[in-house]
Amino acid sequence: MKNLELYNGGLPVKEIFSKWYKLKRGGMLLTFVGIVRDDNKATGLSFDIYEPMLEAWFEKWSDKVLMAHSIGDVLVGETSFMCGVYSKHREFQLVEEFVEDFKANAPIWKYDIIDGKRVFAKDRSKKLPNSGILI
Amino acid sequence: MKVKVKFLGPIAKEDKIIEIKDYNELKEILKKEVEEEWLESIAVAVNDKIVNSLENIKDGDVISLLPPVCGG
Repeated sequence: MKNLELYNGGLPVKEIFSKWYKLKRGGMLLTFVGIVRDDNKATGLSFDIYEPMLEAWFEKWSDKVLMAHSIGDVLVGETSFMCGVYSKHREFQLVEEFVEDFKANAPIWKYDIIDGKRVFAKDRSKKLPNSGILI
Repeated sequence: MKVKVKFLGPIAKEDKIIEIKDYNELKEILKKEVEEEWLESIAVAVNDKIVNSLENIKDGDVISLLPPVCGG
């Protein structure tokens, strides 16, 4: 899909950045590059993505935002998420709004890798809208 | 009618095709398929759109169960 790229494993940050930079769409390119932290005794993170709904969710942002995300395992120090916004002027707010919506609604599941096993990051996860209708 | 069920993310089960009479039966089956601790936090999508009820379910629909999310 336009402006949405998914990669197996850690993102090739320089390659993605230089591709985005070469687009030279406007007065500035604001980028957000997540780096996997050394937390919770984890050696890395792992991700599952439900691609059809991720693409549908991203549709409304696809004219304004560039996004790359990892599928599967990403080690501490590597990057699992990047987004970029092109604009004529400063658009810090747009990046903030995008990341908020991403965290709340993108159908992506995160796990810590602890002792080689995937442990669902339940405490950091957010319920989607209309959760609990099966009760 | 027959519907397909996808158990996404950490629910981690194979997709399943189930035969049901109505949405009440679907709800009862899904409750048995999913561990109780998940139930209050799962969102449900029909044909990749999140719904607030399963009442309008029809033959051939794809039901996805989505636990809480955390990208990035």
